[in-house]
Amino acid sequence: MKLRGWRRLIAAVPLLAIVFLMSGCSTDMGVLDPKGTVADQQFDLIMITVIISIVIFVPVMAMTFWFAWKYRENRKSDAEYKPNWSHSTKVETFMWGIPIVIIIILGTITTVYSFKLEPSKALAAETKDGVKPITIEVTSLDWKWLFTYPEQGIATVNYVQFPEDVPVEFKLTSDAPMNSFWIPQLGGQIYTMSGMAMELNLIANEPGEYQGRGANFSGEHFGKMEFIAKATSQEDFDHWVADIKQSSPALTEQGYDELAEPGVVDTNDTYSSFPEGLFDRIVNKYGSSHNHSGASEGESSSEETSSED
Amino acid sequence: MWEDIKDWASDFFVTGDPLIYGADVGIVLASLSILFVLTYFKKWKWLWSEWITTVDHKKIGIMYIIAALLMLFRGGMDALLMRTQLVMPDMEFLKPEHYNEIFTTHGVIMILFMAMPLMFGLFNIAVPLQIGARDVAFPVLNSLSFWLFFMGAMLFNLSFVIGGSPNAGWLAYPPLSETMFNPGVGQDFYIWGIQISGIGSLMTGINFIVTILKMRAPGMKLMKMPMFTWSVFASSLTIMLAFPILTVTLALLFIDRFLGAHFFTLDAGGNPMMYINLIWMWGHPEVYIVILPAFGIFSDIVSTFSKKKVFGYKSMVFALMIISVVSFVTWAHHFFTMGSGASVNAFFAISTMVIAIPTGVKVFNWLFTMYKGKISFKSPMLWTMGFIPCFVVGGLTGVMLSVAPADFQFHNSYFLIAHFHQVLIGGVAFGYFAGLYYWWPKMFGFKLDEKLGKWAFWLWNIGFYVCFMPQYVLGLMGMTRRYSTYSWDTGWFGLNLVSTIGAFIMGAGFLVQVWQIVYSIKKMDKDTTGDPWDARTLEWSIPSPAPMYNFATDPRVSDVDEWWEEKQRIAAGKPTPKPALEPIHMPKNSAMPIFKATFWFLAGFGFVFDWMWLALPAMAGVGITMLVYSFNYDTEYYIPVDEIRKTEAAAGRAV
Repeated sequence: MKLRGWRRLIAAVPLLAIVFLMSGCSTDMGVLDPKGTVADQQFDLIMITVIISIVIFVPVMAMTFWFAWKYRENRKSDAEYKPNWSHSTKVETFMWGIPIVIIIILGTITTVYSFKLEPSKALAAETKDGVKPITIEVTSLDWKWLFTYPEQGIATVNYVQFPEDVPVEFKLTSDAPMNSFWIPQLGGQIYTMSGMAMELNLIANEPGEYQGRGANFSGEHFGKMEFIAKATSQEDFDHWVADIKQSSPALTEQGYDELAEPGVVDTNDTYSSFPEGLFDRIVNKYGSSHNHSGASEGESSSEETSSED
Repeated sequence: MWEDIKDWASDFFVTGDPLIYGADVGIVLASLSILFVLTYFKKWKWLWSEWITTVDHKKIGIMYIIAALLMLFRGGMDALLMRTQLVMPDMEFLKPEHYNEIFTTHGVIMILFMAMPLMFGLFNIAVPLQIGARDVAFPVLNSLSFWLFFMGAMLFNLSFVIGGSPNAGWLAYPPLSETMFNPGVGQDFYIWGIQISGIGSLMTGINFIVTILKMRAPGMKLMKMPMFTWSVFASSLTIMLAFPILTVTLALLFIDRFLGAHFFTLDAGGNPMMYINLIWMWGHPEVYIVILPAFGIFSDIVSTFSKKKVFGYKSMVFALMIISVVSFVTWAHHFFTMGSGASVNAFFAISTMVIAIPTGVKVFNWLFTMYKGKISFKSPMLWTMGFIPCFVVGGLTGVMLSVAPADFQFHNSYFLIAHFHQVLIGGVAFGYFAGLYYWWPKMFGFKLDEKLGKWAFWLWNIGFYVCFMPQYVLGLMGMTRRYSTYSWDTGWFGLNLVSTIGAFIMGAGFLVQVWQIVYSIKKMDKDTTGDPWDARTLEWSIPSPAPMYNFATDPRVSDVDEWWEEKQRIAAGKPTPKPALEPIHMPKNSAMPIFKATFWFLAGFGFVFDWMWLALPAMAGVGITMLVYSFNYDTEYYIPVDEIRKTEAAAGRAV
């Protein structure tokens, strides 16, 4: 065991290498580089848990290695040996008490943040007065993301743009196996599931291009379900919308059906319009018997159709 | 005609990939050489009567362990293939389709066909010996459990060369696993492989509950059981309550696929969320099923190698039982991101954190067992010392993941991957390795080479951190699990490269372990004492390897560390007097389990390919073997006193 220290050093080399490799790149640091209110708060929460973890980790490791060293069999010093010492009410009170106290603290923090960061909660309160949130509908398909803007009347694929400092209400569903919609720098993810419309409220506090990802495995080319989320100034956004309105083709029903076919798209297509009520129809297509909010809508709308017939 | 056969064959066998052709050749050559060796050395009869039909828990345990190590090899190869694919951006080593199959089989094999059988192997080896029993409560059922596991595992592995592997992830979330998106036979192999071995797992759980409750040596009250036995009890209770959920869930999925039902489909009112809830109601307890016995192993090892009573025995038992109960109310933490709302998420976050309390207590218990002890760092203790830091980090990142609002940023990322590998490798695998090193002399009668063992230990440990620490960072950088490629502009290259290097270091650790076993067999350092570690519990009071009847006379128990106390009494010249030898009542070998399991295998294969002409007769075969066996009254025999005396003398024991 003489080589112990030497072997430890070897073990440390890769860890140093990690630090080195990390410092070399100035790329997207995802969760660690938050750019929106939600991601900021989640980052703070993560840091709180990291600090609590370190507070536990350091003394436990110190005890582990100290005990292992001090009470090793071939020690020269004459440390105490008590083969039958197996109970101490004092020690056991602490060994139950300390974890319980930590979990009470962490549990309280978690509960408070759970309500504060509930993804379906509107972010209006976080912004200046008079800023109206923008709604963007998201549909996960095999294997691409379709974004429809009900207010602007445009649609995009694998690319989403919105103004900075404006709350974005994402409404999400799926017309394929479920996926998960995640823009790490803006905030946490939520599943996209067929037959229901999920809600995710995010906001970008700075202009920039953020990586968006599909985070739940949905089949063969799931790895290609990446998208760009771009936050710009309000003027740039309006300009971008106007541009699309003018120069892009319309997304027809037939066009949507083709888009929904399993496959990969390489271009970030934009559309000047999309069929009225497309998103709700996608939700209701599967919603006939779910006990979710989407379900009742589905049933009522199908009743309406039949009465019209 | 020839064209028809060719068409059929190219559908039936997996074709088109050089890796798989290579594997095909390997499988055929290996099978032929096994057949040749068995025939050449005339070992068929020996194999049949000593192993295949055996009901001896020690031999069944060894068979479980051999099968588990083979599966560890395959699961490990899957892991290395994946890490090779991810070593740099835009790799074209594996196609996405193939990559998806590999991560699916890696997960299924490592949990269900590696961790579970390795765990059952250790249950079988140690529990009856620790409680002073001659076998488990239901020895034939035990053999049936093994063969069902074995046939299930073989059926699952067959998909690699016949029909095509499953590719919907290790838990086969619908609708992806439904026929609409997954028309091939891979998912059916998945369902039947797991179902068949799952029946075996459930029966093993029941078997060990009864064994522990009814077969303990006189004087061994529940609160005098060794810690490993307690952990097996907790784990078996969890198996008994959790596995039926798995069986029902997969049965419903099969009904969807086979009969066109709509439990979990996208359309016609199916509800995939229901499956995700159900599968995790089994899946979460499952991870505690595999970790609890590891806790038990560590408790026994820490106490043995510190030469000290385990600290806080009652706390330890209480902690085990709390974990096994609370593990049933944490399942929704696997999908905080499903939008259940703040209250539901807060509930499951807190129930998950609650598990951290007894788990933390156990770590303190181990530390205070070492405190004021006399610690020697032989292989089993070394793995324990590797386990503690690894598990503490894994546990803490687990607590971080349980913080629901933060989990929205961790979910399905490599942060999660790193976390569960840290508790499953650092906890479960290290624990079972520690157990294997610990009980190896008892199983085989010789010791494993310590020096090679140290090499294996350091390779595994260093490899582990090199592989998984970068993955925490990758997860925070936004790398999602199950990506088969990534582009250069992600900035993930460096960390993925490091991670792959780590995976290969662990691979090297495994090779050293294989070499360690081969080397130690050649060296044959026999354990003549039966107690090579100066240990504390009953299994060390008998010769190594244990004679087939285990204990020549029933031990009397008055203490948790009965053998340790007995050694003190012997040293003081006052050994407990042993009762006179009596003929020992033993169960007879049975061929029923292998036949029945083979019928299950054929039935499973028939259902996979929709061949009712095979499936239905095979199911009838299952019923008939059960019926025939129930009329077999010639199931036990006595070992005469002379033979016991001879066996004990051969092991150097005077009776």
